[in-house]
Amino acid sequence: MTVNGWLQILAFCALLIILSPILGRYMAKVYSGERVFLTPIFGGAERLLLRCFFVDPKREQDWKSYAKSLIIFSLAGWIILYLVLRTASIQPWNNYAGVEFHAAPWDVTFNTVSSFLTNTNWQYYGGETTLTYLSQMLGLTVQNFVSAAVGICVAIALIRGIAGRSGKSLGNFYSDLVKTILYVLLPISFISALVLVSQGSLQNLSHYVSAHGISGLAQTIAMGPVASQEAIKMLGTNGGGFFNVNSAHPFENPNGFTNFFEMLLVLIIPASLVFTYGRMVASRRQSLAIFATMFVMFLGGVTVAYAAEAHGSPAQRAAGLVTGVRANSTGGNLEGKEQRFGIAGSAIFDVVTTVTSCGAVNSSIESYTGLGGAVPFANLSASEVIFGGVGTGLYSILLYVLLAVFIGGLMVGRTPEYLGKKIEAKEIKLVALGLLITPLTALFSTSLATASAAGRASIVATGPQGFSETFYAYLSQANNNGSAFAGYTGFIQPAAGNVGSHGVTFTDLLGGFTMLFARYAPILFALAVAGALAGKRVSPVGLGTMRTDNATFVVLLIGVIVLVGALTFFPALLLGPIVQALTGHLY
Amino acid sequence: MRRDILTGFLSMIILTILLGFAYPMLVTGVSQGIFPGKADGSLIKRNGVVVGSALIGQQFYEPVIGTNGKAETVKGVAVIQPDPRYFQTRPSGTGQPYVTGGTADNAAGSAFSNAGPNSVATRADDLANIQTYLKLEQPYDPGLSAATIPVDAVNSSASSVDPDISVANARIQAHRVAAVRHLPLSTVDALVARYTTARSLGFLGEPGVNVLELNLALDRGPGANS
Repeated sequence: MTVNGWLQILAFCALLIILSPILGRYMAKVYSGERVFLTPIFGGAERLLLRCFFVDPKREQDWKSYAKSLIIFSLAGWIILYLVLRTASIQPWNNYAGVEFHAAPWDVTFNTVSSFLTNTNWQYYGGETTLTYLSQMLGLTVQNFVSAAVGICVAIALIRGIAGRSGKSLGNFYSDLVKTILYVLLPISFISALVLVSQGSLQNLSHYVSAHGISGLAQTIAMGPVASQEAIKMLGTNGGGFFNVNSAHPFENPNGFTNFFEMLLVLIIPASLVFTYGRMVASRRQSLAIFATMFVMFLGGVTVAYAAEAHGSPAQRAAGLVTGVRANSTGGNLEGKEQRFGIAGSAIFDVVTTVTSCGAVNSSIESYTGLGGAVPFANLSASEVIFGGVGTGLYSILLYVLLAVFIGGLMVGRTPEYLGKKIEAKEIKLVALGLLITPLTALFSTSLATASAAGRASIVATGPQGFSETFYAYLSQANNNGSAFAGYTGFIQPAAGNVGSHGVTFTDLLGGFTMLFARYAPILFALAVAGALAGKRVSPVGLGTMRTDNATFVVLLIGVIVLVGALTFFPALLLGPIVQALTGHLY
Repeated sequence: MRRDILTGFLSMIILTILLGFAYPMLVTGVSQGIFPGKADGSLIKRNGVVVGSALIGQQFYEPVIGTNGKAETVKGVAVIQPDPRYFQTRPSGTGQPYVTGGTADNAAGSAFSNAGPNSVATRADDLANIQTYLKLEQPYDPGLSAATIPVDAVNSSASSVDPDISVANARIQAHRVAAVRHLPLSTVDALVARYTTARSLGFLGEPGVNVLELNLALDRGPGANS
């Protein structure tokens, strides 16, 4: 580890702490219907869009109606994305790579569509060798926006349920959706895309370039509208790369600055939403407690990952390499990492994108050391509540908060209350279901894939790494993260353009259903909790009320998150990453 | 219900046009206006011919000439080896620059090596890369051993098109390049320093030597202006 590495970590944390209350406050105003500085610019467009959708924004929805709109909107999105991706061969610009691009097979497309719809962005596709420019734009870029917006809508609805003082209304889904896109995602993406282009990220609709290398070898250089997709891919915690190697590609992430900038884009909305929450429930201290919980767990992950990667891997040592830092060399486990990011820039990026549902990678997670690779495992096992995905992080941690309140209430022997609302049997049942569905889905799919020959066909590595690959694949897809131990595959593609390519049907379908189920079931439970809380009377704070805004509660909350994650996943973690971390043996 | 379905599809179609067409086209238009060279891939031309991109690593190889004076081939594919006149990039997932017999360079199909930390195969790759590096560099830098090779010269990159190498790696290769090109080592070291990209803003990321730009500068001759 180097002083400079730590300096990057500190600067990142400082900037996050400074910026997120500002954006959080802005978003609270947006969702409360107050005037913001963008209202004069986008107010007209907002009304126009809603009119075109035949939506009356004044029509308030209860949780069932809100959920119905969300599900139908998502279903429409699924069908349209499937059509866009499957019509590659009749799209314009489909031969810009020098070969004609055909659609990926139906099973791979099923997986990709489900993946982008659920904000997972799992890559069984290869970007520059599979997708036409129009598929990337009309298909993936669009879902990068709307799947992120859907997550934020659910979080806002849950906040309204908790904050609600009267009635059952959670707001209007389409109104929240349009607000999120126009006032938050689109302006930040537009500016960020230009920042990325200024550093060397691509933005064109040109043919792939044939270069004549200076020693005589020909080189094909991929082109495309990269920056516009890269910006929302990070901001919306989506993570599906324009290129196969995602943010490791110099055209997606050209230098140390863009690496830092992209990490900030990933965490800014999840972190800001915590402050949005504080403002909407009129308690800044609640948001500070939740932020502190997330931040402590985040910093722990960064420290472990950085230390482990700086130490180097058993394979390197067995080959006779010396992995210490020395003059002009980063040292450490540089396998699958880029020189310009180094160890620190790769390790922070890895943690940032696995605590959130982003899943973008700037280095190969499969090549991380046992302990370094255990960090993303742990982050996923915590069910994406350490900042988490846009919206999903907040609504998931609020479910954990309710669970912690319930457990705390049992300890002190009082009816549990949160912000003056009683947490009763009905709510706690919904909370428990909402929290357990994701880990149960992950474990179920992992066991199915490990126990069946069809599932094992996707494994590349040998020994415990093979199990790690499988487990990570379904843990990542169930948590809608999308990062991968990328050896595990559901797509065999012998040549660019998909001639002769085929999917691994079992793996593609299992992954697709895992993502869909583990996304929409928790959303429905979160909305149901919101509905149950919305109509409740608020009782005044008394002497015996358990505080939920102090350090004791932060410790209790971390304890509950770690306990649930550890109890659910520890046996499986033992078989893969922990074995690898404890042994120097090579397999 | 019918109205809900109508709204669902209508909104998705309208948002697809707005976010999937208008937004990327607007970004493309503005980018092409303000940063044309960068938006088009930071391509580098020599005598009017594109030789590569400043951001994309490439291989600097030459054909292996057999004892009969002709280029050797295996199954119709030319056998190639690192060209000693040039600095060499990092090993990559799509082609192994340090293994002879590679095929044409494909920077339009990026891939991870996915080499595991506890894997026998990774150790084997590392050992092979160490041997190739030593074979190439040791004659010109006799003090070099496996223990003093910087990790970036042996471990494959993430993108498979990493444009940079560490300064330590470049300083070792400088001995060979200087000897083969009959240049003083100090001249080559000065060029290495000139084509080293510092950390962004002084502290973000790691310094790296841009191999393509460095090699182009060598070809122009150390006295020529960049």
